[in-house]
Amino acid sequence: MLFESLSTKLQNTLKRLQGKGKLTEKDIDAALREVRLALLEADVNYKVVKDFVAGVKELCLGGAVLESLTPGQQVIKIVNNELTRLMGGTVAKLNHAPNPPTIIMMVGLQGSGKTTSAAKLANLLKKKQNTPLLVAADIYRPAAIKQLQILGEQLGIPVFQLGQQDPVQTVKGALEHAIKYRHDYLVIDTAGRLHIDQALMDELARIEKALNPQEILLVVDAMTGQDAVNVAQSFRDKLGLSGVVLTKLDGDTRGGAALSVRAVTGSPVKFVGLGEKTDAFEPFYPERMASRILGMGDVLTLIEKAQSTFDEKKAREMEKKLRSQQFTLDDFLDQLQQLKKMGPINQLLEMMPGMGGMGKKLKGMSVDEKEFVKVEAIINSMTKKERQLPSILNSSRRRRIALGSGTKVQDVNNLLKQFEMMQKMMKQFGKAEKVKVKGKGKGRFPFS
Amino acid sequence: MGFFSKIKEGLKKTRSGIMGRMEGLFARNAFDDEFYQELEEILVAADVGVATTLELVAALRQKVREEKVREAGEVMEILKGLLLDILGRERVPLNTAEKPAVILVLGVNGVGKTTSIGKLAGRLKKEGKQVLLAAGDTFRAAAIEQLEIWAERAGSEIIKHQHGADPSAVIFDSITAALGRKRDVVLCDTAGRLHNKANLMEELKKIRRVVEKALPGAPHEVLLVLDATTGQNALAQAKVFNEAATLTGVILTKLDGTAKGGIVIAIAKELKVPVKFVGVGEGVEDLQPFDPTEYVNSLFSLE
Repeated sequence: MLFESLSTKLQNTLKRLQGKGKLTEKDIDAALREVRLALLEADVNYKVVKDFVAGVKELCLGGAVLESLTPGQQVIKIVNNELTRLMGGTVAKLNHAPNPPTIIMMVGLQGSGKTTSAAKLANLLKKKQNTPLLVAADIYRPAAIKQLQILGEQLGIPVFQLGQQDPVQTVKGALEHAIKYRHDYLVIDTAGRLHIDQALMDELARIEKALNPQEILLVVDAMTGQDAVNVAQSFRDKLGLSGVVLTKLDGDTRGGAALSVRAVTGSPVKFVGLGEKTDAFEPFYPERMASRILGMGDVLTLIEKAQSTFDEKKAREMEKKLRSQQFTLDDFLDQLQQLKKMGPINQLLEMMPGMGGMGKKLKGMSVDEKEFVKVEAIINSMTKKERQLPSILNSSRRRRIALGSGTKVQDVNNLLKQFEMMQKMMKQFGKAEKVKVKGKGKGRFPFS
Repeated sequence: MGFFSKIKEGLKKTRSGIMGRMEGLFARNAFDDEFYQELEEILVAADVGVATTLELVAALRQKVREEKVREAGEVMEILKGLLLDILGRERVPLNTAEKPAVILVLGVNGVGKTTSIGKLAGRLKKEGKQVLLAAGDTFRAAAIEQLEIWAERAGSEIIKHQHGADPSAVIFDSITAALGRKRDVVLCDTAGRLHNKANLMEELKKIRRVVEKALPGAPHEVLLVLDATTGQNALAQAKVFNEAATLTGVILTKLDGTAKGGIVIAIAKELKVPVKFVGVGEGVEDLQPFDPTEYVNSLFSLE
């Protein structure tokens, strides 16, 4: 990831304000500046960002944030909720014709992935026991018809084409064919076109008029930048868009275009393309996308879990101890136990910010929960004094602990080493923070 | 239509988008915070990116202060200068001195690699060069057929294997054939690949190694095709492709839309990889050499 995750940034911004007592509107502005930057870095259109941040600010001033002990988390929560809500809240379904066939038209810029998405969608329908017919209406790009034919052949889905003639004729012919041969879905692949190309945009309008499709899906490359709003606007003005397909989401883009397009068209994202294979096509989950745009994994779930299991008072005490470096093995054990309450470690890791795109890799990498049991046993085999002052642990004490906990001396050594490293890290963390506060005030970004 | 007017045509829309605002901005004469704020918005809207924008505007502010600039025209010149410092002032020509010159064309899916190769073949042919196309995209359905059509249009030969064949083998054969037939340029198409797919990037490294083996000194050009509509992810693309195959240039496609392609500024700044061509339309002649001065001037010119 190029950028620090939003949650880290927000925590840092708000940490500077800690100990200040009540937060003010100004503090909220500082926090929202980070939100703004994160959204812009994720390619959300700047106008959309402006509106969004203004809306979030109002909600933040509503009270919950100002009074919270954890304002950073509250802000994230509000931002995330708002993003999810804006992106449709729930999974959107396909519209259906009262009498088959249901007609679905794929439109979009060149290279957005219309042909592939058309094939993938038809495949999804076929898997649900439907009998889709693919229609090749891209008469311009060299070998576009051929591409659809090859994909159709691979999937066992028939492809209708009438060569390079007027696509309106092609789709009319396809409709007749579909009725005659009882296809219940018609998935039309149209040519990629620039949204400012009047002649080709008119052609789409003519196809719409001829067939009156139930779905016109705008296919948008998830990597699209600021221009996404212009594209979406032009297509919306010309056609009755009913939804959006977001492609190439298997890349590492944050995909802010999803929000831009949604904001402009008002149509929900219905599907996402996630790879080159024909089954890499899924319904769209707004809350996942929200987290992705913010670059924070499923951090909200994590926060919620932490909130419900972590005793806030205890957490504060712990933080104090960490800062003053009185962090003992007892505290370490305590922390481990709290962590365990939150659920399987693997699941937690997947929800961690920055781990977002690594979901698949993580599945292969298992964190051994047995290690935790071992650590617990070792610490439990120490005396009170040993836990407070690990430095007194000489080799005979270590041997005794190993015996008592049913582990090896090496395990005890390892644990102590890890603990020592952790203490060191804490020390550095404390120092780094002081420096950071000093160096603030650069990188002003006035998008308010 | 001459290619200057053509590129202007393409850039005109770019201009009327951002730069319509830009002109309005510079028409007024007060350089207050609001002025710079609006300038930042304009640059971000052009996909220049937050970090680069902040740096550019900070540098501009400083220069304006230092040089005590008062006039809008002068501020504009300073900004142009800053952009040209990044993009380079000279046009960087395609390196086709060797015979054959091997040109690898790379990019993520759907940016217009095959189309750009088709257009480039047409352009080189016009310059009197004999071009051989290597159908290295053996993955996407009908990619080979698509390139064949372009080969026919450009009147050049094509070397192809079957769908699913090893792209390195296709490209190796193409270079061997070009050596035997004494062709001037080998244009190698490759399958679109997202830069975060490690195995596909490994495949690319292999292709490069094979090219180096087939002809010492090759590839002479490694061009990354970028879609002008792409946002900040283009920078990540450029970085990873550069690591895998050492880029020598960028082709910026789809500049005939309303997208500005401002991310090339960030790319030029960070990777020092020059833009060599821009795609401004569907026709064979619509691949134009990128002229940085032209690009920046067209963005700002008031005519």
